[in-house]
Amino acid sequence: MPAEPPIDVPRHLFEAYERLAAGPTRPIAGGTDVMVQITGELGPIPERMLDLSRIDALRGISLESDGLVLGARTTYTEIRRSALCREHLPALVEAAATIGAAQIQNRGTIGGNIANASPAGDTLPILLAADAVILVGGQRGERQIKALDFFVAYRKTALAPDELILQVKVPLPRGRQLRFRKVGTRRAQAISKVVMALAWQEGPKGWSDVRVALGSVAATPIRAPKTEAVLEGARPTPEVADRAAETLAAEIHPIDDVRSTAEYRRTVAARVLHRLVRDAGGW
Amino acid sequence: MTAWRFLVNGAPAEVEASGMRRLLDVLREDLGLTGTKEGCGEGECGACSVLLDGQVVDSCLVPICQVEGRIVRTVEGLSLAARERGSLDALQEAFLEHGAAQCGICTPGMLMAARAYLDAGGGPDDAAIREAIAGNLCRCTGYTKIVDAIAAVATPAE
Repeated sequence: MPAEPPIDVPRHLFEAYERLAAGPTRPIAGGTDVMVQITGELGPIPERMLDLSRIDALRGISLESDGLVLGARTTYTEIRRSALCREHLPALVEAAATIGAAQIQNRGTIGGNIANASPAGDTLPILLAADAVILVGGQRGERQIKALDFFVAYRKTALAPDELILQVKVPLPRGRQLRFRKVGTRRAQAISKVVMALAWQEGPKGWSDVRVALGSVAATPIRAPKTEAVLEGARPTPEVADRAAETLAAEIHPIDDVRSTAEYRRTVAARVLHRLVRDAGGW
Repeated sequence: MTAWRFLVNGAPAEVEASGMRRLLDVLREDLGLTGTKEGCGEGECGACSVLLDGQVVDSCLVPICQVEGRIVRTVEGLSLAARERGSLDALQEAFLEHGAAQCGICTPGMLMAARAYLDAGGGPDDAAIREAIAGNLCRCTGYTKIVDAIAAVATPAE
């Protein structure tokens, strides 16, 4: 059962910033990760908690000049239902639909997925592949952190203890293709064994701006630059798919754990990439 | 301790509790609404499902401070209109008729997830029903009779 540390319930961002500046406090939004983590079985119980559920500045999905902007408190259900997300970022809608089931999707938030920084976080490969930027803020001001620079080590992020995640900005370059695939034990309520996002631009000379991002195969969500280099400037032919899959299998170093084995993850990651390239090539 | 106010099954409730107390514990222990069950206590099994502002949630993952001013429905209030008539909700009738309950621990949560699905306009489609109850684990029935019962209620009367 979770502990019951004291919790502050601010209505405004500046009040939340004050609490964060005053000393260690653990933010909670949808609670789908935090409520499980504060039982005392998984490390020390936080001294204080900070409820974000009343702060409306953290909500909303909008289309702006620099891309699709999602407030940190945007839930997976809101992503699934959002006309803007469906039109501009269908891969994220797909990912949101694979997370937990209705109960989790109604509560869990994209900001929470980022802050929790699980290597298996299902939206995170999409954010990496789409060159997303995370806007964070605190009393010292706001700053933008590239998703690529955000996940620094196992469950460690670039977020300072006195900062909150405010928004995720996903650039929407014209013509970019973005695909998502998750492999878990079952379709719902499953933590990923391998999760992947693939992005590219189609040009007359082949693919460019290729991004291969994966979860559950390293201590953090990662990009696979050697594999990207194989696909960069290439066309999605059977030979290219074979070579990319082979490169990926050699490039990643997954581990054995309760959910899967290193061997399985390596094999499946390569097959998933092969399939995505094959689908893109239409063969 | 703070006083938290919200609506449960149509009636106002006020509870003195730590803001981090789980909605599940407030319902069962403070309000005596023991229809909501605790299964895993970590958001995997759905046994503690209730509706929060009409959305199905795991009440083991909701701190009570987030319920202030909101509307909670538990299995006891599944159908307020039916309760006033002294009868069961159509879903409960269908579960009885189809033999959709065995040990019963998952049943209240299953009913709430199904109610959220039907209230959102869900129909008798098998895959859609299975997705709607994918967060509710049942170790007895094999789900078929549960899906049949929900489909029966979702099927428009001839």
